[in-house]
Amino acid sequence: MTKIDTSRPETVLPTPSHTVGPFYGHALPFPGGEDIAPIGHPDTIAVHGYVYDGAGNPLPDAFVELWGPDPDGNIPRVDGSMRRDGASGGFMGRTGVEFTGWGRSQTDASGHWSARTLRPGARGQSAPYLSVCVFARGLLVHLFTRIYLPGDDAALAADPLLSRVDEARRGTLIATDGGHGTYRFDIRLQGEGETVFLEFQ
Amino acid sequence: MTLTQHDIDQEIAAEHAAYEKRLADGAPVEHQPRRDYAPYRSSVLRHPKQPPVTIDVSQDPELVELHSPAFGERDITEIDNDLTRQHNGEPIGERITVSGRLLDRDGRPIRGQLVEIWQANSAGRYAHQREQHDAPLDPNFTGVGRTLTDADGQYHFTTVQPGPYPWRQHLNAWRPAHIHFSLFGTAFTQRLVTQMYFPADPLFPYDPIIQSVTDDAARQRLVATYDHNLSVPEFSMGYHWDIVLDGPHATWIEEGR
Repeated sequence: MTKIDTSRPETVLPTPSHTVGPFYGHALPFPGGEDIAPIGHPDTIAVHGYVYDGAGNPLPDAFVELWGPDPDGNIPRVDGSMRRDGASGGFMGRTGVEFTGWGRSQTDASGHWSARTLRPGARGQSAPYLSVCVFARGLLVHLFTRIYLPGDDAALAADPLLSRVDEARRGTLIATDGGHGTYRFDIRLQGEGETVFLEFQ
Repeated sequence: MTLTQHDIDQEIAAEHAAYEKRLADGAPVEHQPRRDYAPYRSSVLRHPKQPPVTIDVSQDPELVELHSPAFGERDITEIDNDLTRQHNGEPIGERITVSGRLLDRDGRPIRGQLVEIWQANSAGRYAHQREQHDAPLDPNFTGVGRTLTDADGQYHFTTVQPGPYPWRQHLNAWRPAHIHFSLFGTAFTQRLVTQMYFPADPLFPYDPIIQSVTDDAARQRLVATYDHNLSVPEFSMGYHWDIVLDGPHATWIEEGR
């Protein structure tokens, strides 16, 4: 029964998740999905990496969504991530001057994804981070993780999440500085070096 | 040795029995599938073995995950929610109207958020390069739509009834007809991708993907209801499907604004 009676809270139960399957590629990725940073913004960073399965094989059929604050730590409230063109029925791309904070990047045939966004600012008690949501064929419920950026050891040490993650696994949440504003962040779904995934309550 | 439907049926039954036993032993109802569900083979190497680290969102109202990206009129065109009007000709198939409300766990409507859908055509074929099923493509159907929920949290799509289709996990594996849905809430924690099914599909018992939701009542929540009031005279059959997003959200922030 899928007409929910909102006057009876006990009947308001969550809709279960399902895998995205193999055929989202003509539906969910969109031009400019990875180009979150406004053009020429001085605080632009590139984040990228591979998604691996439990056998160490890269996933050519996964995508990540990134969501983060602006460099001052403010939550973006502007729309326009996937501007549509009513005339052609296609996509217009982002304006290039606004920052929506959100983007979507699919892995290529080698399992590699990349995105250009703004360096996130700190919020609350946390060290700066980008929120990441991972989707893939075979993944029945998406996975949340975070990309922390290296450099400010004091902020990372004081972060409420990092400070309670097992030392041996903490590094899976911190990107590697590749120089020139690039950061590598691999996601391992299972096995050795398995990424720390998060559950919100 | 070829993996048969019988093998998968036995695995599905074993998973179901294991869940019933957990319930009988006092474990909580599982509204979500387990990521580790072997009857769906693709999950085997793609689920974490370590438990997730829990974040209590009440400890920090500033978490970026308690907010959601914004979507607006620029992100949608007028015909994005009508999958029958996206080409020069009419797609082949039974036209359907699919509508419902997007709600949070408190039953409150989620307004102005993005709903994306994708589906196979009426012959059970996706307009996707990697699709190998040799059913006909329909030049007048891409099978992709999007919309924003309205002030009551309602969404509305016009499309054609998708066909069931074979896949190659095991011999004679068929997916029940479904429409994929991608949803955003007021918080990124509420993000959901799922699939909507049609009433009384005879393929349900055989499909390890819908059966990955082992709780019977939870599985029923993936099945739309035929709604004669949504059927459009001389035009389409109507289906109603309400969606409830899980995950904590920052009610107290919204109310203070």
